[in-house]
Amino acid sequence: MSGPYRIDGGAIDRGRSLAFRFDGRSMTGHPGDTLASALLANGVRLVGRSFKYHRPRGVFSAGSEEPSALVELRNGAHREPNTRATVAELFDGLEAFGQNYRGSLRHDLLAVNDLLAPFLSAGFYYKTFMWPKSFWERVYEPAIRASAGLGRLSGEADPDSYDKGFLHCDLLIVGAGPAGLAAALAAGRSGARVILADEDFVMGGRLNAETHEVNGRSGTDWAAKAVRELASMDRVRLLLRTTVVGAWDHGVYSALERRTDHLAASNGKPRQILWRIYSKRAILAAGATERPIAFGGNDRPGVMLAGAVRAYANRFAVGAGRRVGLFTNNDDGWRTAADLTARGIEVAAVIDVRDRRPLADVPGARILMGGRVTATWGRRGLKGVELASGERIALDCLAVSGGWNPNVHLTCHHGGRPLWRPEITAFVPGGGLPEGMTVAGAANGTFTTAAALAGGHRAAAAVLDGLGVSVAAGEAPGASDEAAGVSAFWHVRESRGRAWLDLQNDVTVKDVVQAHREGFRSVEHLKRYTTLGMATDQGKTANVGALAIMAEQTGRTIAETGTTVFRPPYTPVPIAAFAGRSRGREFRPTRLTPSHDWAAGQGAVFIEAGMWLRAQWFPRPGETHWRQSVDREVLQTRGSVGICDVTTLGKIDIQGRDAAEFLNKVYANGFAKLAVGKVRYGLMLREDGIAYDDGTTARLGDHHFVMTTTTANAVLVFRNMEFARQCLWPGLDVHLISATEQWAQFAVAGPNSRSLLRKIVDPEHDISNEAFPFMACGEIGVCGGTPGRLFRISFSGELAYEIAVPARYGESLMAALMAAGEEFDAFAYGTEALGVMRVEKGHAAGPELIGQTTARMLGMQRTVSKKKDCIGNILSERPEMNREDGLELMGFRPIDRSQELSAGAHFLAPGAEATMENDEGWLTSVAWSPELGHAIGLGFIRNGHARVGETVRAWDGVRGRDVPVEIVSAHFLDPDGERLRG
Amino acid sequence: MKTGAWIGHSAVDAMRYSVLQILKEGLTGNRGWKPVWREPEPKRRYDVIVVGGGGHGLATAYYLATVHGLTDVAVLEKGWLGSGNVGRNTTIVRSNYLLPGNEPFYELSMKLWEGLEQEFNYNAMVSQRGIVNLYHSDAQRDAAARRANAMILAGADGVLLDREALEKKCPYLDYDNERFPIKGGLWQPRGGTVRHDAVAWGYARGADRRGVDLIQNCEVTGFDIRNGVCHGVETPRGTIGADRVAVCVAGSSGKVMGYAGLRLPIESHVLQAFVTEGLKPAIPGVITYGAGHFYVSQSDKGGLVFGGDIDGYNSYAQRGNLPTLEDVCEGGMALMPMIGRARVLRIWGGLVDMSMDGSPFIDRTPVEGLLFNGGWNYGGFKATPASGYCYAHLIATGEPHPVATEMRLDRFERGGAIDEKGVGAQPNLH
Amino acid sequence: MIIDHPLLGPRDAQEFVILGDASLIDRPDWQAEDAAQQFHDYQHLRDNPAGEHRELWFHEQGDRSWLVVTRSTLTHEVLKVELARDVAIARGRNR
Repeated sequence: MSGPYRIDGGAIDRGRSLAFRFDGRSMTGHPGDTLASALLANGVRLVGRSFKYHRPRGVFSAGSEEPSALVELRNGAHREPNTRATVAELFDGLEAFGQNYRGSLRHDLLAVNDLLAPFLSAGFYYKTFMWPKSFWERVYEPAIRASAGLGRLSGEADPDSYDKGFLHCDLLIVGAGPAGLAAALAAGRSGARVILADEDFVMGGRLNAETHEVNGRSGTDWAAKAVRELASMDRVRLLLRTTVVGAWDHGVYSALERRTDHLAASNGKPRQILWRIYSKRAILAAGATERPIAFGGNDRPGVMLAGAVRAYANRFAVGAGRRVGLFTNNDDGWRTAADLTARGIEVAAVIDVRDRRPLADVPGARILMGGRVTATWGRRGLKGVELASGERIALDCLAVSGGWNPNVHLTCHHGGRPLWRPEITAFVPGGGLPEGMTVAGAANGTFTTAAALAGGHRAAAAVLDGLGVSVAAGEAPGASDEAAGVSAFWHVRESRGRAWLDLQNDVTVKDVVQAHREGFRSVEHLKRYTTLGMATDQGKTANVGALAIMAEQTGRTIAETGTTVFRPPYTPVPIAAFAGRSRGREFRPTRLTPSHDWAAGQGAVFIEAGMWLRAQWFPRPGETHWRQSVDREVLQTRGSVGICDVTTLGKIDIQGRDAAEFLNKVYANGFAKLAVGKVRYGLMLREDGIAYDDGTTARLGDHHFVMTTTTANAVLVFRNMEFARQCLWPGLDVHLISATEQWAQFAVAGPNSRSLLRKIVDPEHDISNEAFPFMACGEIGVCGGTPGRLFRISFSGELAYEIAVPARYGESLMAALMAAGEEFDAFAYGTEALGVMRVEKGHAAGPELIGQTTARMLGMQRTVSKKKDCIGNILSERPEMNREDGLELMGFRPIDRSQELSAGAHFLAPGAEATMENDEGWLTSVAWSPELGHAIGLGFIRNGHARVGETVRAWDGVRGRDVPVEIVSAHFLDPDGERLRG
Repeated sequence: MKTGAWIGHSAVDAMRYSVLQILKEGLTGNRGWKPVWREPEPKRRYDVIVVGGGGHGLATAYYLATVHGLTDVAVLEKGWLGSGNVGRNTTIVRSNYLLPGNEPFYELSMKLWEGLEQEFNYNAMVSQRGIVNLYHSDAQRDAAARRANAMILAGADGVLLDREALEKKCPYLDYDNERFPIKGGLWQPRGGTVRHDAVAWGYARGADRRGVDLIQNCEVTGFDIRNGVCHGVETPRGTIGADRVAVCVAGSSGKVMGYAGLRLPIESHVLQAFVTEGLKPAIPGVITYGAGHFYVSQSDKGGLVFGGDIDGYNSYAQRGNLPTLEDVCEGGMALMPMIGRARVLRIWGGLVDMSMDGSPFIDRTPVEGLLFNGGWNYGGFKATPASGYCYAHLIATGEPHPVATEMRLDRFERGGAIDEKGVGAQPNLH
Repeated sequence: MIIDHPLLGPRDAQEFVILGDASLIDRPDWQAEDAAQQFHDYQHLRDNPAGEHRELWFHEQGDRSWLVVTRSTLTHEVLKVELARDVAIARGRNR
């Protein structure tokens, strides 16, 4: 026998023993145990400490509603704080620890808080800790933070993996208790596609915890048989250990399946799977949760929910105590007395608040009708209770039942509000249910087994009917109706000492009364002021009692008082489960250019750009600093020839009779008259007139253009162009396709670029300066007939080309270019060298096109045509975008040429104070120009063109720099463009 | 910052909070605490009606009373006090804005936060544990430097931390993430968090005791507009007159201003936020990811409070959907995989005014006597004190406060958008 | 959310990108006398209804159709889905 409190029967596997440790103590349990049942079987009552007063806490429930028995489960990086012992399946080698204490669980130093409780009542912290002012962050808050919280994170990366899955079904059934099983049988037998999910590790719900009979056999057996039948159906999927946590729009549900939490190790398998379930209909059969009654000292370990005490006895074969009392306001509670007695556990007293005839005879028990428990004693566990009559009864467990709350949570995820039904003293689903959802069984306020079975069956039949599936379900399973009378009774007024509502957050009846006294009377104020229901259990057992007490205070009804809002998830879900596999390297897709492997082989350093990895520079042997590599790449290119993979630029293929007209509308500058075989620079505005992208577009034929966009905006530009095509000018004959990934493209730049390309481009294509001048383009053959495209465009300012081939030839072309370039000492260059050369040429790029830039700021106001209808030109004329003293893109160089520049510095006049009023602009991009031999920069400055030659300061206060710079033209090199035309 | 003298007599039996008071009450069973606010019936008319008893509305009423001596004021709230976005946000305060139209305003707000609790005698737990915005590339670093310099120029504080310095503060980040390694961050030491509900309650209490009528469960259903002049509001409890009606209902701005026939440069969207179960202290300040949509802080109760992007579709439903939730958690796991086993306890959706440039409005309207405050996007909480302060200034003086001169409704006609993010007139991208 | 694409059937909204109010189809005439005012209003002002909202969604991870989705902003219920091109043509934008 595993533990002194183990009794006969139950659904545990006594044939096997599982060793486990709690807080250092070794014990054993059995398969079928939860950590809570195994602890109870071993007589462990003190499991944790409460949030505020650090009061002893023990097992309170037998399910996911548990507010008290929270533990840190597992060790090291696998540590899982705040784990409910009541749902943690026992496995061999399990290790768990109590939490929220300082010192030891038994001797928690912070239990001193309990002595100070009179001064720590609701909202006390809003009224103090204000003096002296500086003490909040330094003294008070750290102390509060350290004593609050609950369990500890490990501080290490979560070592497990998580997965996501997608499922489709006709009918999702949430909960496999009597209603859910009856519904699943009816739907499954009719051939519908059914998913049945239950959070427990055995299906059957309360049937496993009770002694009800269904169809003439024990509820547990009937459930097991039903599950076997369902498992044999092809179109039924059973999801065990799976909690449906949220109802989203249009029949989408998310469900968390715990795959390896019941095992000692996940062994490389996903620990949990987050299912996204697309359902046509859903039946919520999530059952109900018992609630307690508040009375003095009702928080001691040993005070438990009556239904839980029953579950431990019937299912887990554990006596929650040896001398048990019952305190109830309803008939159901009496089942606990009956079941315990039947299993040989002494029931010392049955205390029913109702002044009526006893429901049954309980052998050996004092029956106290109209009784009230007013106080308890026992320091770390219950030793006895005191009644209003003054009578004291020694007990080690008090089973309490204050009635049942239907689990309406999912019905409220779309803003629905539950409805109060006084005759069953419970909130039931109101209106506003998620589309396609119906509710059955106890979740609908139908508390008896027979009614739950019938309700589930009926709900399934109705759903099938709605889906047009013919029902072949037969009759609902039968059971007898048990007594379910209940009276509204929330707390014992005569209580001595504090009466707890929220066991975890230490909210007592007095706190609710005080909240009312101070004016926090709406349920939301009550919750927020007292922290009621904000703990890990979200008040599943506490809230209704508390708002009933608030209703008493205000004189309103419970219906008028209402509830707070139920929000997902139904039970807490690890962050890692929502993230699934998207972490680390898999956080986002990685896009690789055709020459990636080649570049990696060259030792390139890569940088992220629009999900792509681009070569940033290519270090050569002996180069110890990136600047050495970049300077060399720049000089190499400007001196001979360099090659850069520019595949990442967005490419959009544009075809149709109206392609030119279409381009004329999406570009700010004119495109209608672009000749075939020519390329033009294009500036794109948003409709609000801001310049957001630029690039070149080549006209390959009368009705065929190829556009390039920046890497960063490729997706956005394509989206906007499709918008223009489909929504704004649907009459134009034009079609678009994104060809970014279809074409590999390389820039070949430098005075020897033509010579190099002559060796690559098939000889029938004349690429001489005369035949193929600057801004020419054409379709060509490469390396003996491979189709390609050649564009004579230049970002570097050198004689340069971009050559494109279908992506699958990209790597070969790179190799071919390098081989052909050997005689010219050709090198690959990366984005850094590209960046240096474009700064030298004064081309705007990402740091300048930040979505706040007007054409005027770029000096391109004349580029924006006023003579045509194009996106953005009207709103670009608004006055504040055209101020005379507006920002203008200029070049900057340090007065002292040996000084470095830093992008992000702001411009201030010499001697001006560093204030916002004196701010004249900022430095956007900087580079060290190897050709000029000093730092250069681009930046926006007020009225820049009129101020060439003026000295201002590049003030970089955050980095402690302040560099005098001269305003110059942004074109540092070859301002007349002789090189690129050469 | 001292904003106003402790003026006027208390409208109710004012109770000053102190350690002594707590001791006294604690020893007498906590039976002597007084209501923090009255529950008055609305009068027939007021000098000023503030529509909306969220954070901004209550702050507005508070500063009308304390700074401008206007106490013939009612705040009309359709639900419970503080049920605006002050009741559902991620509690972050910061003044790390870039543009001159914004930064001085948010810095004023920060300075107001810094003296708030002592001023209104309520502990709102203003906790300046710092906020860091991470950068992952040289370009992001340069942008962070530009911003930090802009902040310093406006009198705020900003520090650039390189990876080494950051690692000392936040050792648990995934610096060598294979997709987006962390290179550093922009640190604002004065940023932090504030206990959001307490802000509403503190302002409410302060306004109430100076005579402002806070009227709950009183929804404004229309305006009394005659000849282009607003004379009051309509409510289920009757028409209530006022010289000035100041609307402050972010989230519902479109709906309420629609009663006055005004179309706004605003859309209503859902912003989801998330809190985990309580945990022992793990994250000291606020951390904002630079490569995904994720930011996080840890509340004094121990919950990790985090969020990310808005869902993107127009919504008044106060709830979001899975893709955004998953996106945010993906960001979290990429940034700090040590939070993987922390469990999400509660997910909520707030209704936010998304404006055409991501920046707010505090302005008059074409209807005389009707004023508008809204368009706070997902960032209204941090602005609460300055919003109330500047709105009160506008209501009382008729002129915009000097730090809020750009927060005008006509700025799009002028071409003066305050577009921090640079995404243009598409609200769901801000 | 699920959007019932007129050509492809029901699709998870995650495949789409949303732009906003379908009034963005009604781009003003650039030569109108008050074009500046019209473009300002077109670009910046919204009805922002609490209820039925016609809005533009782009099937970016699908067939790249722009759709006009009529959806309740109160319940998220999708009432109608049309190809935006059809809507634009019906509004005379092909002339």
